[in-house]
Amino acid sequence: MSGLRDWALLVLGVAVLAALPMVADNYTLRLGTVFCMYAALALSWNVIGGFAGYPSFATAAFFGLGAYTCAILQSAGWPMLPALAAGGALAGLFAAAVGGAILHLRGHYFAIASLALAEVLRELATKLEWLTGGGMGLNLPVPAMELHAQAAFFLHLMLGVAALAGAATLLLRGSRLGFALRCIQQNEDAAGMLGVDTRRAKTLAFAISAIFPGLAGGAYASWTHYIEPPDVFDVLLSVKPLVMVLLGGLGTVFGPVVGAGLLLLFEEAVWRSFLTLHAAVLGVIIVVLVLFLPNGLMDATRRLLGRRGRGAA
Amino acid sequence: MSALLRLEGVSRRFGGLAALDSVSLELGRGEILGLIGPNGAGKTTLVNVVTGVHTATSGRVTFEGQDITRLPPHRVARLGLARTWQIVQPFPRMTVAENVAAGALFAGGAADVASALAAARESLGFVNLADLADAPAATLTLARRKRLELARALAMKPRLIMLDEVNAGLNTAEIDEALALIRRIAAEGITIVIIEHLMKVVLGVSTRIAVLHHGRLIADGAPQEVVRDKEVVAAYLGRRYAERGAA
Ligand SMILES: Nc1ncnc2c1ncn2[C@@H]1O[C@H](COP(=O)(O)OP(=O)(O)OP(=O)(O)O)[C@@H](O)[C@H]1O
Ligand SMILES: [Mg+2]
Repeated sequence: MSGLRDWALLVLGVAVLAALPMVADNYTLRLGTVFCMYAALALSWNVIGGFAGYPSFATAAFFGLGAYTCAILQSAGWPMLPALAAGGALAGLFAAAVGGAILHLRGHYFAIASLALAEVLRELATKLEWLTGGGMGLNLPVPAMELHAQAAFFLHLMLGVAALAGAATLLLRGSRLGFALRCIQQNEDAAGMLGVDTRRAKTLAFAISAIFPGLAGGAYASWTHYIEPPDVFDVLLSVKPLVMVLLGGLGTVFGPVVGAGLLLLFEEAVWRSFLTLHAAVLGVIIVVLVLFLPNGLMDATRRLLGRRGRGAA
Repeated sequence: MSALLRLEGVSRRFGGLAALDSVSLELGRGEILGLIGPNGAGKTTLVNVVTGVHTATSGRVTFEGQDITRLPPHRVARLGLARTWQIVQPFPRMTVAENVAAGALFAGGAADVASALAAARESLGFVNLADLADAPAATLTLARRKRLELARALAMKPRLIMLDEVNAGLNTAEIDEALALIRRIAAEGITIVIIEHLMKVVLGVSTRIAVLHHGRLIADGAPQEVVRDKEVVAAYLGRRYAERGAA
């Protein structure tokens, strides 16, 4: 059964990454942490963008909300993990609340409304100086650990977030809610007529797609010990998940994870040499993906291999 | 109280256009109501208003005594009211069985996805589509997509089913098949509203006929009376039909 195989894959992937600190240097651990963060963001986006078919650009809003919640609570003396959980929960609640207002919009309208969420929160974070430190940013307590132990700890923390996002995806796929989202993605009017509570399903999907970015934001804040509004509400945080999912394959289970790896490779190989071209390169990738590979690189590769296989047979 | 579905002075405006104009109609259990009228008469609008796709601008709709005027579609569906779409609306990238399972899962009371898929096979057997259960819905011919719509509606275990031109675009043999299917659905104890342009079909199955024209109900009664009604002949059936009927 493919369900069992996917769970095994998830466990295997988590085990391999968890063992990384035993063999890898701090630079590799940093890359591993970013990979886990990207995977968590991409898996989450896939819930609303892939399963439900709502092109969300709200990831940065959830990420920043989680980061600030976690940072503020830690400054107030909370331990890291409860502060992190609170950030994830708040991001989920925030999504559920605003979801009711923007999820009746479809297509571009929804995309634009979701994009505005991070802008509004960024403005708020900049204005509410007494709470967030405003444009000066917020410092977080640095854990008393030697560097390698610290790198390993934050890799494991981010891996935990990614693993939860992966598990949520697997649970969702076989569930009633997952089925409802697939119906909505393919024909929302027909879904309603067949008894799908479309509003509830979409709101739940949006909330689920917010929890893990909220957690990742908190983990990121704790990891970097310092956050500021333009950093954690960065619009690229909203664009990258979409690119990763398109790279890996929309609505599949592990496509987003593959896409996360691919994007990280791109970043490491190309962008470090063209730092100022960040956004432009990302734009070009999107255009190429949308025009030529609408089902993702994985699917394109599979089809290419399939064709060659048939040709040989 | 005994009426299954009741419309009381139901109107629906789109801007300045009264797509439904103060329509009152009652439907008893076990009836097969043929709903006819020229293009743009408001037939589909009536289905949309009853099923919650559009809300009535004024008037009241009750189903089994419960006011459903302002209920959203999924609530109406779960009460036991199913419809098919004039323009078929399959989930194209799902299999035929999954399409039908959605109806069983979200309105037909199936406990989980697996039992919904099992129930789907039953409905597909009923409409003779069982052998295509695993085909992607997008690959079906129009005639089969229409039957898929029917299977989906049946999987919801409805008490009332509204068929919006399920036979349009079918050839003669397919229509005979569809007619037999509609009779089998009625035999299951499901009340039916059938919207249909082919008079042969309407007269073949209906126990009663209602006629809409410019959003108004201009006739409602036994089939043979309605087709002889002067206003109906003038508005819809045309002189040609009346002459042929007389001959
Ligand atoms: N969503 C809508 N917005 C605006 N006008 C509408 C809408 N739906 C229907 N109408 C208009 O309402 C009138 C009734 O349309 P309706 O689709 O109910 O007719 P019908 O009897 O089903 O016709 P047909 O036999 O062609 O299917 C038409 O003039 C149509 O243009
Ligand atoms: Mg119509």
